[in-house]
Amino acid sequence: MNASLSGRAASLYTMLALGYAFLYLPIVLLVIYSFNASRLVTVWGGFSTHWYAELLHDDKVLDAAWLSLKVAVVTATGATVLGTLASVLLVRFKRYPGSTLFAGMVAAPLVMPEIITGLAMLLMFVAMEQTIGWPAGRSMTTIVIAHITFCLSFVTVVVRSRLAQMDMSLEEAAMDLGARPLKVFLVITLPLIAPALMAGWLLAFTLSVDDLVISSFVTGPSATTLPIVIFSKVRLGVSPEINALASVFVAFVGCAIALGGTLSRKQD
Amino acid sequence: MSARGTLKQKVGRFLVALPPYGWLVVFFLLPFLIVLKISLSELQAAIPPYKAIFAWAEDGILQLRLNFGNYSYLFSDELYALAYLNSLKVAAISTALTLLIGYPMAYTIARSPARYRNPLLMLVVLPFWTSLLIRVYSWMGILKNEGLLNSFLMWLGIIDSPIQIMETNTAVYIGIVYSYLPYMILPLYATLEKMDLTLLEAAADLGCPPFKAFLKITLPLSMPGVIAGTLLVFIPAVGEFVIPDLLGGPDTLMIGKVIWAEFFDNRDWPVASAVAVAILILLVVPIMLYQRNESRAEAK
Amino acid sequence: MTTQPPLIRIERVTKRFGDFTAVNQIDLDIRQGEFFALLGASGCGKTTLLRMLGGFETPTEGRILIDGVDVSTVPPYERPVNMMFQSYALFPHMTVEQNIAFGLQQDKMPKGQIAERVKAMLDMVQMSQYAKRKPAQLSGGQKQRVALARSLAKQPKVLLLDEPLGALDKKLREQTQLELVNIQEKVGITFIMVTHDQEEAMTMACRVGIMKEGRIAQIGTPFEVYETPNSRFVGDFIGNANMIAGAVTGGEGADWTIASSDLGCTITAHHEEPLPNGSDVTVMVRPEKMSIGRQPVAGAINTVSGRITDIAYLGDMSIYHVKLAGGARLQVSQANLRHGIGGRLEHDEEVSISWHPGDSVVLLA
Repeated sequence: MNASLSGRAASLYTMLALGYAFLYLPIVLLVIYSFNASRLVTVWGGFSTHWYAELLHDDKVLDAAWLSLKVAVVTATGATVLGTLASVLLVRFKRYPGSTLFAGMVAAPLVMPEIITGLAMLLMFVAMEQTIGWPAGRSMTTIVIAHITFCLSFVTVVVRSRLAQMDMSLEEAAMDLGARPLKVFLVITLPLIAPALMAGWLLAFTLSVDDLVISSFVTGPSATTLPIVIFSKVRLGVSPEINALASVFVAFVGCAIALGGTLSRKQD
Repeated sequence: MSARGTLKQKVGRFLVALPPYGWLVVFFLLPFLIVLKISLSELQAAIPPYKAIFAWAEDGILQLRLNFGNYSYLFSDELYALAYLNSLKVAAISTALTLLIGYPMAYTIARSPARYRNPLLMLVVLPFWTSLLIRVYSWMGILKNEGLLNSFLMWLGIIDSPIQIMETNTAVYIGIVYSYLPYMILPLYATLEKMDLTLLEAAADLGCPPFKAFLKITLPLSMPGVIAGTLLVFIPAVGEFVIPDLLGGPDTLMIGKVIWAEFFDNRDWPVASAVAVAILILLVVPIMLYQRNESRAEAK
Repeated sequence: MTTQPPLIRIERVTKRFGDFTAVNQIDLDIRQGEFFALLGASGCGKTTLLRMLGGFETPTEGRILIDGVDVSTVPPYERPVNMMFQSYALFPHMTVEQNIAFGLQQDKMPKGQIAERVKAMLDMVQMSQYAKRKPAQLSGGQKQRVALARSLAKQPKVLLLDEPLGALDKKLREQTQLELVNIQEKVGITFIMVTHDQEEAMTMACRVGIMKEGRIAQIGTPFEVYETPNSRFVGDFIGNANMIAGAVTGGEGADWTIASSDLGCTITAHHEEPLPNGSDVTVMVRPEKMSIGRQPVAGAINTVSGRITDIAYLGDMSIYHVKLAGGARLQVSQANLRHGIGGRLEHDEEVSISWHPGDSVVLLA
């Protein structure tokens, strides 16, 4: 019985290992080939950092990256604030007029195909500009508004579950000791859900930096984000410069995760 | 906090509720109403390229000019029907593949020693933090004719000439499975992990060998996770644009690509809107299924 | 009965988890039709022993025989043994009926027979009207009945019960104890129960095995383990006990004189075996075996006096905590037989306590 048990475990773990290989191999290959001297993507022409140097001189890429970063920081912050309020609304307010509509509106962006959200947002911006004259044209502002809207839902998912798990008696104890609701929220609730806020912020940041489809709809000629630049290049085929750009991206994310990991371990 | 709070409490609650509620009404609900409206209006060569539905007639009566032409156009041109069906097919096949790959992974993680579970799960989620675009792009270099996979297979001597994977439905399946695997594994893991393992001991005690116990106990009990994961992959996959655009070929017709083309290439906003509304109608059932599944899981 | 070979024979069974020895060289025989209780504090190894009988753990050493067959490495799904789980482990996606039928379906029993058996089991536990319910729609007591019916449906040779009443509240527990005993007598299946509740074990079991740190401290009927414990541990574990330390100074027949430093006097205790002079012993006297009063009982052999420091009034009886002149404390319980107010002992009263030598137990370990 033990032999067959461990045999079953071995085959399960083999499957798991293959699954991880499937997830990581493409990224690893991408990074390896970013150091390829040859322009031909599949032929190894020796080690070179040539494509990274090229990347550094590509103003279009650098400008787009800077814009994406700005958009992501504003988006993540806005979405975290709104998402936290939305979580409080969902977890603590329970029933109020329009609560079902609200729950639906929070959940819908999670599964809505991006292409529909993007189209809808753009049409709304156009309609608003026509009727109230704002926002004037499409720019970083419209991108940020669109990003906050869909990121808000993801932040809410993260914060909401943490808030729901929180021991209510902690808040009750604080109130019992004389703290008013706002004070309780700031002094007790907020510190306790802080890890979830951090996770939500990072999630929103990543989603914003990553977004191509919605940005493509709501952007104007003045605002080109990094995914839009990459997409226009990628559509032309595989190129070592994009490999290099992708590797920088992976390295950046890797560092952020390592940092986040050590920070949260220190907290524990 | 009783339902009959003081005025101050009511104001406080209102102030908490207003920002997220207002934001979602203005920037999420309203846009969809506008899409619905535009899908019912006529194309015109102007900015914006559609006519108003409401117009004030001479005698001051509000006229409603609905144009269902955009919808009948969808039915008349077989391209749209094909794109719909193909989107459903591609999404269904990819979702099934994702489930097939994701279930054993989620199961193994959920049954591994407790201290390894979080790191193993983290490894599943990690690639999700890098750009989707880049992850899809990484497959271009692998799948194309002179790509790494074909070179590798030829080097092994399994094939003599490159097989065409890139620009086929197969490439799109691979891309979708790759991109959406975490969405499948996470809800599956959540239900499998919280399952009471003494149920399996009880099944064994009553004479049920392990594999049968899996079929009769574990699988039915993980259905909420299977449903959640399936819908989380299926719904966005139906409207997927980036993956079929980059990995699929010209014959990989998907509805996301059609909207993109209608909108950016043909600049036909009303038809694009009508297509969007049609997708939404198509997705309403799975989205509602998902919501019901979630609220049920929450109630438990 | 005694000539019959035991239904279950546990031979020098040891179970280790890494460095931790959960069960340490246990030998135990259990007869057909017995209701046996394994009693002990949490972590004493009783549940591990039960799980080895069920097949959920494999012994590190030794073997387990059921009906003469070594089942040590037989998986649970091939053992003629069923278990009632502490959490009941009812399948949440199946109805009560389906839960009870589950084990029978595994045996490929014909459908008609299954239906009959399920009906009979439902009748037995008085749950017939709940056959179509899901476990989530049942109360704790109802779940317990379904779990019992499910584990008995296959008519196993042995039923293992892991804290079967642990999840019920006190009132329901007492009522269910007797029900369970009645069912056991009716079906005639050997029951092995694990519990940490000594009252439960004493009420239900024919024999009790008291476990401590992976070993069995004493096996016997409830009467034996209560009246004649073999060690300080068992005496203390089962019921309340006054433990009086002392040294043997002499003896006459089976009555021994013991000088107690605790009490500051000599007492007489009954013991059948010879005790060497000067050996250290503990004399155990149960609180209800002592009598308490304002005046010493005339002719009593063992008498001490002290002052009442606490009275716990329990209704049917009272427990008096008495501090002796030398500082030692004794507990005496007395049934409240009379309404008489005047005769009631009060806090701080000087009292005298006495007991018969035959009501004490001399413990060597």
